[in-house]
Amino acid sequence: MTPHVTRAEVCAVAVAECFRGDGELLANPIGTIPMIGGRLARATFEPDLAMTDGEATLIANDRAVVAPEERVIEYWNPYRSMFDWVWSGRRHVMMGASQVDRYGNQNLAAIGDYARPKVQLLGYRGAPGNTINDPTSYWVPNHSPKVFVEKVDTVTGIGWDRAAALGQAARFVDVRRVVSNLGVFDFETPDRRMRLRSVHPGVSVEDVVAATGFELAVPADVPKSRLPTPEELELIREVIDPEGARERELPDPD
Amino acid sequence: MSDKLMTEEEVVDRLRSGMTIAIGGWASRRKPMSIVRAMVRSDLTDLVIVTHGGPDLGLLCAAGKVRRAIYAFVSLDTIPLEPHFRAARQAGAIEDEPLDEGLFHLGLQAAAWRLPFLPSRAGLGSDLLRDNGRLRTFTSPVPGPGGEDEELVAMPALRPDASVCHLNRADRRGNAMFLGPDLYWDDLMLQAAPSGGRFISAERVVDTADLRGEGCLHQMRISRMMVDGVVSAPGGAHFTQCEPDYPRDEAVQAAYAASARSPEAWSTFRSEWIDIPEAEYQRKVREGA
Repeated sequence: MTPHVTRAEVCAVAVAECFRGDGELLANPIGTIPMIGGRLARATFEPDLAMTDGEATLIANDRAVVAPEERVIEYWNPYRSMFDWVWSGRRHVMMGASQVDRYGNQNLAAIGDYARPKVQLLGYRGAPGNTINDPTSYWVPNHSPKVFVEKVDTVTGIGWDRAAALGQAARFVDVRRVVSNLGVFDFETPDRRMRLRSVHPGVSVEDVVAATGFELAVPADVPKSRLPTPEELELIREVIDPEGARERELPDPD
Repeated sequence: MSDKLMTEEEVVDRLRSGMTIAIGGWASRRKPMSIVRAMVRSDLTDLVIVTHGGPDLGLLCAAGKVRRAIYAFVSLDTIPLEPHFRAARQAGAIEDEPLDEGLFHLGLQAAAWRLPFLPSRAGLGSDLLRDNGRLRTFTSPVPGPGGEDEELVAMPALRPDASVCHLNRADRRGNAMFLGPDLYWDDLMLQAAPSGGRFISAERVVDTADLRGEGCLHQMRISRMMVDGVVSAPGGAHFTQCEPDYPRDEAVQAAYAASARSPEAWSTFRSEWIDIPEAEYQRKVREGA
């Protein structure tokens, strides 16, 4: 009998797939499932990725969260060094998004009018610099019309429409994927609108459309997000996240 | 030979209302909290705070000391969003000058090097150019790496009137070292401020001859040429993290965060943890009060 694969595990594989083909660059997924997915990519098909401990070193460990004394340190990477990677185009970050729109514009700063916000969030953080310089993907564990909005209230990370308006200055912009708890999205359309790339097992296209506050590009045939291979499942469960932090970030709907 | 030892109150005596003050550390990590507490107790007001923001900015907002915040993010780490800062923003109580983290770095570097600005791509296409009125774009006077014309953002120098940072070890003259994983932007903040306005506190003040033995050579990143005053402040970063001397005190941080729920809660927290002498604060921490 095939073991039940949880939604969190499907998402981890979808995150890993975002880093496929990246080669030797800093894969910098932020969040629990993103970190698990990044580690999975490195442990399988992208062995040359460099990854952080979440703080000030680059480490070789497969485990997502590693106690300081167990870290296999490759490089001292204080916050300031991050800009050497970002500005030289050697980083693929996966950030969160409080709002994201059809062109992949992201809002991390504030909900409502920026001058006097209804809800103050984190701030611009590094989003403007990340998106103008490097490949960027997003992780949204709570797909809803409040997150996938027609127009973000504040553009912290720039999307494809803003990039097109900038022209030459935006030549390094590469908003690649959005992974949510419902599916995987890309921008591989003629006008760079967000496209439904796959739905996770147990989710219908209608579910995704209903949870999205703008018109998605939906192909005639939408594939299912792929399941982890037996090797990947063992890596996730035994090596990368043996404590099951992924299930706390995204409880299984089944 | 100059002896720069002083108290938190003597640091605050050198600050003035209306000043722009850079505060070292990062989120809820190695913040000069004993100096910030003294600032809260003082009659300073109308401050512009430059920070990788944590409870430093939150406390000063709660106490009504802040006119404007210059920052890229504000967080308590284990509590992702800073509740006192959020309350101030949502009430329209402070002016807001947002930055990208990389632009923040360039602004301090420009000030330290006495430049008007440093260039970057960060900000292009984003609403940062809408929300931060000091940012300008320009066409590079020299061609880009591929020979093309480059549209860039000019990040103006961030010139604080004073900077305050907390380090792990220092001597009485102002040489200091960090012992944790990251110096953050402390050295640049100190270099960006003018002589007379550069202050550090330290977990331990030792003889210069003993400084090297406290850690490794590469951690000796603060020179006395960057520092005008040194405060001996064991526990001075509490309740923020100060590795390897102590971790974050999550219980006190949680109490601090909860005090944003009402003016009464803030008033209680303030009287228990802020409106007391620093020695009593440290005694309470030791006794787990």
